[in-house]
Amino acid sequence: MFGNTWNGIIRSVSTVDASNQPYDVIVVGGGNAALVAAISARHHAERVLVLERAPEWIRGGNSRHTRDIRASHDGCGIYTDGIYPEAELLDDLVRVGGGRDNLDLAKLVVRESRTLFPWMTDHGVRWQQPLQGTLNLNRTNLFFLGGGKALMNTYYQTAQRMGVEVRYDACVSDLLLAENRTEGVIAEIGGQTVTLRSRAVVVASGGFEANIGWLKEYWGEAADNFVIRGTPYNDGRVLRSLLDAGAQPVGDPQGFHAVAVDGRAPQFDGGIVTRLDSVPFGIALNQQGERFYDEGEDFWPKRYAIWGGMIARQPGQIAYSIFDARMLDRFMTSLYRPFQADTIPGLATALGLDPERVLATVQTYNAHAGLESAFDPAVLDGCATTDLTPPKSHWAMPILEPPFYGYPLRPGITFTYRGLAVDELTRVQMVNGRPMENLYAAGEIMAGNVLSSGYLAGFGLTLGTVFGRIAGTEAAKHGRD
Amino acid sequence: MAATDLPASNSVVSLSPVAFNPIKEAARQLEVCNSCRYCEGYCAVFPALERRRVFTPGDVDYLANLCHDCRACLYACMFAPPHQFAVNLPKALAEVRRETYARYAVPTAAAHALRASGWLLALIAAIAGALLAAGVIATGDPSRIVTVHEGPGAFYQVVPYLLMFAPALAVSVVGFVVLIAGGVRFWHATRGSFRDLLQPGRVIRGTADALGLRYLTGGGAGGCNYPDDQPSRSRYVFHMLVFYGFLAAIVSTTSAFIQQDLLGWLPPYPIASVPVVFGSLGGVAMLVGTIGLLYLKRRSDRTPADPVQIEMDYVLLWQLALVNFTGLLLLALRDSAAMGPILIAHLAIVFTFFLTMPYSKFAHFIYRYAALVQNRLESRS
Repeated sequence: MFGNTWNGIIRSVSTVDASNQPYDVIVVGGGNAALVAAISARHHAERVLVLERAPEWIRGGNSRHTRDIRASHDGCGIYTDGIYPEAELLDDLVRVGGGRDNLDLAKLVVRESRTLFPWMTDHGVRWQQPLQGTLNLNRTNLFFLGGGKALMNTYYQTAQRMGVEVRYDACVSDLLLAENRTEGVIAEIGGQTVTLRSRAVVVASGGFEANIGWLKEYWGEAADNFVIRGTPYNDGRVLRSLLDAGAQPVGDPQGFHAVAVDGRAPQFDGGIVTRLDSVPFGIALNQQGERFYDEGEDFWPKRYAIWGGMIARQPGQIAYSIFDARMLDRFMTSLYRPFQADTIPGLATALGLDPERVLATVQTYNAHAGLESAFDPAVLDGCATTDLTPPKSHWAMPILEPPFYGYPLRPGITFTYRGLAVDELTRVQMVNGRPMENLYAAGEIMAGNVLSSGYLAGFGLTLGTVFGRIAGTEAAKHGRD
Repeated sequence: MAATDLPASNSVVSLSPVAFNPIKEAARQLEVCNSCRYCEGYCAVFPALERRRVFTPGDVDYLANLCHDCRACLYACMFAPPHQFAVNLPKALAEVRRETYARYAVPTAAAHALRASGWLLALIAAIAGALLAAGVIATGDPSRIVTVHEGPGAFYQVVPYLLMFAPALAVSVVGFVVLIAGGVRFWHATRGSFRDLLQPGRVIRGTADALGLRYLTGGGAGGCNYPDDQPSRSRYVFHMLVFYGFLAAIVSTTSAFIQQDLLGWLPPYPIASVPVVFGSLGGVAMLVGTIGLLYLKRRSDRTPADPVQIEMDYVLLWQLALVNFTGLLLLALRDSAAMGPILIAHLAIVFTFFLTMPYSKFAHFIYRYAALVQNRLESRS
């Protein structure tokens, strides 16, 4: 089955058209779910084609920004401590809001996750120690060596070795739909519009977070101020076309996962290096120079994901994290250095804020700040503000020692929740209540079936790998029959 | 206000590549790496950079020489060109590394002059060969160059003892002194304290990292991404052959010195003697290793490479290949009339190798060794 040598890009579309031989499986997308689907399909079918929208250098969708994957396991032997029972993973998932719409699918993911680590290892994935500062994940998540781009390189190499055909810069504009079947896709490849027929299609083309116009339907002009952390190619074109064709939607259309990122980040693809961990070590102000939320509510890894949405709802979609000299070395560095000044008004001016307002806010905060001797960033300490609204519940040190530092913060959108409803075989469901016979969905485009708000670190890849495997296998079986 | 309308920070890291200043450009990229850290599992460079928040020129020199150019991090980097963050750490560090080979060499000017080109070295070798031939002719019957010589002292019947050893010995002794001086300067700039070396456990572990070429294995990746983006053990194997072949050659030379000058046995030595066994095994190993590395380098991806350094790499590999090729040829043909000319050519090439040694790519081992020891000291491992 692995005997085919990969002909890659050289096997041109015209060859395909001339022979008019349909593919067994076409996979739309080029991230984790897509490649897992293609590899899984190739185990059962001969002719598998991956259509990756992006050029080769930026292939892999948002998966290239990932670094670890969560799965239930009985102990891996390497790089993880202890075990992670299914019941606990399901608990963790339900606690962050997972399984609300479809508990059966959530249970399916949890059950299937047990075989993920060995499956990945068998397909060439290499692992590493949990990265520094991620001790909280060392039992539940496994880190792949080199991060997500290395993972995607491995999957592309494995897929191509197995004889999966891959086309880059291949933009699928539409699916050929007839009744409850698909006949293939229409794609633009190298400036040409081509029709590619297939016995089954897997859509794994991600969400629509990079489509600012679509975000504006829910967020208005504010969307212009959003930073999109990942690939600029997730414009949701295939998702929109299927929804327009009568696919059943899942997930809050306005919903997205967003973290606080440096306001100077590029609009797209700034990735991990633009995130900021400074918020719990000082105060966060909005454009008016006012505090707006408890900066020390909980440990940052448990809170960073709500800050993106909060900043998105502040005027101008911007906030400012301010702290003093004592805090500079207490969090991981990020790409941009902080603004810096010897006085609070000086810092406010540098950040483009009203110096008097900011000074007043800092003075009020300092007057109600916690006990310095109680400060301990390793625990939920007793250093809390008294009689202050909003409060700062922990690590509420006064901002006293110059130089003072500040970062501008923007909402950094990781992914959107709106997607396609699927059944247990990942077949796309239509609003008329029937499933598509041979159209499957995997990854971010259908993650809303399991998780329509909230997030668990490393779980996006769990969803993509589990459903990619199911979708690829089912599609291949269908294509073969 | 759009994201781009923010005022520039009063101390912002520039995101566009810093042209013409390898150290500043490497420091810029290291700050990007320090905000990401996904490559932590590949090698010692990433844990070492994570021990810092800012990067002094000394830090950059140290990290550049700690890098073994396995290239795994480039292919794993989501910020690699054409991404606007333009992170290509193997190349940035290679450019700094090449600079350090000149900056720490004693004297720096010699490094600039002697690393210039392979042609210059070929010219030096040719002149050395001509002078040697002239010396041979001036000290006796010229026809002895092309006569068959056998038995103890055969080599000296062609090239007189003093002429054979004095020039090569002089340049090699000077060369090793200059190399060590470079290492001392490097240590001073990147670490400072020599008292730290009084931690034998860590120095030994750093030495083991060097002797085992630990960081040419790509972490858990099963090899370097060399010559292309797929992990491979080939470079590790060939480099091992060159490295241990070179050590075997040193054993051979040292044992020859003992036999001749302390025990009074004159060469050529029998096939089953220590100098010949180590010399020929080392020579074959180095020849295979250098040819293998030359082959890989020709096929290697140029994206992570410094083009000037590649030229220096080629020069050293050709030098070593020729030293060993002529050495083995001499062994094979030592009982024929060709022995004389081959001996003269071999001696000229060996002389040139030692003359340029402290300024060629050869010098990399001293800085890398210092960086590996420093890594064990500062990581307390």
